[in-house]
Amino acid sequence: MEKVVEVNFGPQHPSTHGVLRIKVKLDGEIIVDAQPVIGYLHRNAEKLSEMGLYPKALIYMDRLDYVAALNMELGYILSVEKLMDVETPERAQWIRMMMVELNRIASHLVWLGTHGLDMGMLTPFFYCWRERERVLRIFDEITGSRLLYNYFAIGGVYSDVTPKGLEMIKEFVNTFPDRLEEIQSIFQKSYIYAKRTKGVGKLSLEDAIGYGVTGPLLRASGLKWDLRKNQPYLFYDKVNFEVPVYSNGDVYSRFLVRIEEMRQSVRIVKQVLEKLPDGEFYNKKYAKPMLVRMKGNGESYVPTESPKGEFGVYVIGDGSTIPYRVRIRSPSFANLQAVSIMLKGYKIADLTATVSSIDPVFGEVDR
Amino acid sequence: MTDSILLTTLDEALRWGKGKSLWPFTFGLACCAIEMMSAMGPDYDWARFGADVFRDSPRHADLMIVSGTVTKKMAPRIRRLYDQMAFPKYVISMGACASAGGPYVRGYSVVDGVDKVVPVDIYVYGCPPRPESLIQALKQLQDSIASGKVRH
Repeated sequence: MEKVVEVNFGPQHPSTHGVLRIKVKLDGEIIVDAQPVIGYLHRNAEKLSEMGLYPKALIYMDRLDYVAALNMELGYILSVEKLMDVETPERAQWIRMMMVELNRIASHLVWLGTHGLDMGMLTPFFYCWRERERVLRIFDEITGSRLLYNYFAIGGVYSDVTPKGLEMIKEFVNTFPDRLEEIQSIFQKSYIYAKRTKGVGKLSLEDAIGYGVTGPLLRASGLKWDLRKNQPYLFYDKVNFEVPVYSNGDVYSRFLVRIEEMRQSVRIVKQVLEKLPDGEFYNKKYAKPMLVRMKGNGESYVPTESPKGEFGVYVIGDGSTIPYRVRIRSPSFANLQAVSIMLKGYKIADLTATVSSIDPVFGEVDR
Repeated sequence: MTDSILLTTLDEALRWGKGKSLWPFTFGLACCAIEMMSAMGPDYDWARFGADVFRDSPRHADLMIVSGTVTKKMAPRIRRLYDQMAFPKYVISMGACASAGGPYVRGYSVVDGVDKVVPVDIYVYGCPPRPESLIQALKQLQDSIASGKVRH
């Protein structure tokens, strides 16, 4: 006689990457149904952003995807700049691009390290964190903060890159690819890792598009869709980089996509270092006393490619100094919906591999 | 004479031992959890201070680090996890959110401080605190356990 058992996974579990809870229905060890339950970190970022001045909402953007805070800031700042028709100096835009790509590397390293932990490998965690700390030291030097930066401003960036910071970045991009090779080989030489990830957590391209999945998950399912290429913002049309695409749609392909993205980010940072022009790092018209008088009217949305997928902030201004509506389109929220199809029919032991391959960050899922 | 003989009471020796063998609980809530992981990572390496055995089950752990915003939905779960921990147990409230609500204190779904839910021994300021601050908090907790200020 068949009997379906219901198991709760989370909200406290070492491999939920925060506070995810999944209600899993099991038939033996086969997953029949899986429903994610979210909201354990709902801290009303959208409403709090609508309670203060335009520049003040930036701190809530930082805390959305806290492992890639600069990417989140960029989405909001670009949208507000479009709303207010603010001109940004070229140097500021190049600096933004460089910082965002460095943060993408840091974010993917967090993912890679914790993915290793979920797969039962402790070594990659230490290797990834060693590299990540180097990126954080660069951020500490340039922005003055380790994790949440509050660095981008309307009309530029808060501080210029220091010569020491540039030296650190150069040293990092020159040595990182070899170290990445080392980390990648730990995973790829492991027979167990391949067994646990190849053909697991499959997501077809049709389902991925249907659920609004973006970012590395979509590219691992076989669609070449990267907003940096397809709808360029900043100066992404002036640098050369490839968009990695794999068509299997399993956990292993997502691993390969993210690894290759880190290599491409290094490539972009190298090109930015060559092309970085001299000049102002912020628009003098929007210096600090001006910030409190900034008014926005109309609506705007600029989609950006964050490490997790398409991120954008839809801002509506009613002519006052306070935004009327701030709607956050967060990638992990959309990606997480697809977890039920990704899990159906697989074994309970594949659950941690699949969930960690989505790379959800609950700051932005629950907002 | 004093060089070669160590005079102590059993109680003191026990307290010293307790402080130096804390087993923290793998329990991340939000942004601060990433800095907590940095503290256990290779650069800050807080295994040096005798608290390296991160346990995934509350039943094995002595030290709960509340690292992030406590929401009204999560608060009962935190209490339940705390109740599941065996004595002696200690709590570090890490960061502005866990200590007092932080930037989200005006939100309708946020508990303004985890001390409304569980008793807290050490508060750490910062948003998020640097790993050095967390290590300092750990050292403070160890000192107060050894001197008998914290008793459970």
